[in-house]
Amino acid sequence: MSKVNPPRPAAKRGEPADAGRRSFFSWMSLAWVSFTASMLAAGTATARFMFPNVLFEPPLTFRAGRPEELQVGIVDERFKDSNQVWLVRDGGGIYALSTTCTHLGCTPNWLSAEQKFKCPCHGSGFYITGINFEGPAPRPLERFAIDLADDGQLVIDKGRKFQQEKGQWELPGAYLEF
Amino acid sequence: METIKDIINTLTAPEILITLAAILLFVSARYRHLFYTNKVALILFPAMFVFMAISMFDEDFYLIVTKPDNVPIVGMLFLIPFFTWLSMREAVRNDKRTEEGAPLIEKEETADKVLTWPDLVYTELIAIVLLTVLLVGWSILIPAPLEESANPAATPNPSKAPWYFLGLQEMLVYFDPWLAGVVFPGLIIVGLMAIPYIDTNPKGNGYYTFKERSWEIMTFLFGFLILWVLLVILGTFLRGPNWNFFGPYEYWDTHKLEALVNVDLSDYFWVRLLGMGRPDNILVRESVGFLVVLGYFLVPPMLLAKTIFKRFYENLGPARYHIMVFLLLCMASLPIKMVLRWLFNLKYIIGIPEYFFNI
Repeated sequence: MSKVNPPRPAAKRGEPADAGRRSFFSWMSLAWVSFTASMLAAGTATARFMFPNVLFEPPLTFRAGRPEELQVGIVDERFKDSNQVWLVRDGGGIYALSTTCTHLGCTPNWLSAEQKFKCPCHGSGFYITGINFEGPAPRPLERFAIDLADDGQLVIDKGRKFQQEKGQWELPGAYLEF
Repeated sequence: METIKDIINTLTAPEILITLAAILLFVSARYRHLFYTNKVALILFPAMFVFMAISMFDEDFYLIVTKPDNVPIVGMLFLIPFFTWLSMREAVRNDKRTEEGAPLIEKEETADKVLTWPDLVYTELIAIVLLTVLLVGWSILIPAPLEESANPAATPNPSKAPWYFLGLQEMLVYFDPWLAGVVFPGLIIVGLMAIPYIDTNPKGNGYYTFKERSWEIMTFLFGFLILWVLLVILGTFLRGPNWNFFGPYEYWDTHKLEALVNVDLSDYFWVRLLGMGRPDNILVRESVGFLVVLGYFLVPPMLLAKTIFKRFYENLGPARYHIMVFLLLCMASLPIKMVLRWLFNLKYIIGIPEYFFNI
């Protein structure tokens, strides 16, 4: 039951068939080169697209007015919208709290009647100090570096953050004595 | 009237509601020949409808039920019980027929297998057309709520996920995000995919039955109805401002005060039980939690294999048995953690916020 392959016609050397093959390859390489070039261009354009022309991010460091403007025991919400920071003044000084919930990143609300920050997403609650006490938040709100500028204004640096669970609230910059 | 409302508000406290629902599920399955009958359905579903209609006169109930977002859940309140009832009724009937030696309902309808074309495809076509009409009508009558443009500084209060994710959002209240948001959803999918490989029971293929697959059906119904559908309903109707629980007739008071001060297991053990400070070393501090979690996943499989799961162990073999028990334990960990939170305000069994590792 073996099957015999039909004999192939012998290729002729130096005939027009060979010329056709040669031109086929040159067309092929041209096609591949242009394909690769267009792919590279598209890739570059896509990569460029990932970096926006304009970033509407507020600067990490900002001035937050004079410390005398803050009242003891009142959470200052002036910079919540623009910089995502709460300023709190207690008996001994001032600290800047991040408005990002440490559970999943929603923005909690300050409930002054209850004296707590309460997250509307999963119910995490934080004391005015930023310490978590209810709901699923695993750790306290973060604090940002706070300092006094030469002109007597507060300077908040969001580039440096202080986490209580790592004992960083004791470090200089986490709390401005005033 | 107010007393009835108060009673219902009390009964819908999450710990009571979930317990009642679980009891209803298991009792109705135990006495299924009494519960899953036409008579019960003819009383139950109209009663549910009348209950909803009368409740509409309550302002707070009306507000939450008629919110455009919540309309699908109102439909679900009727649809899911109805289809559960329907399939259980068929199962009860078939089981009775098997006992009497009569042919199954499906066998009586047609002795042959049903053809995909035209039987199935025609049914699907009709269903597609009707559903499209329903959706178009719905979207015209109840427009989707369009809210103000997003502002990262102003989170809506309460901030709710789409209704089908409310079960996940409820899990997130009890677990760290990496568990409730990544591991558990992954395990749900993997677990569902594993069912055909774990479940070696060949019965119930192509016909309704309860008796021949009671364990499989109850496990699924518990996971689906209690741990998913009920959590969606809970999240939709009972979660209010600041993610507090509110009864269906309760005013959504933003300033409702609830004592939810949570305590880690390490606090319970070192501070409250031993009366000393928490150790500084993280591993020593959380050793109790690690022991509890390891014990939870290691001890029960061995104990169960010797006792009530003996038959499973013999039928499935060690590999499949251990995968099944692991998945079951993961599933059970959700209600266990919820109950611990509600009863003891337990926050985390292992709590290492320093390294974002909390269980």
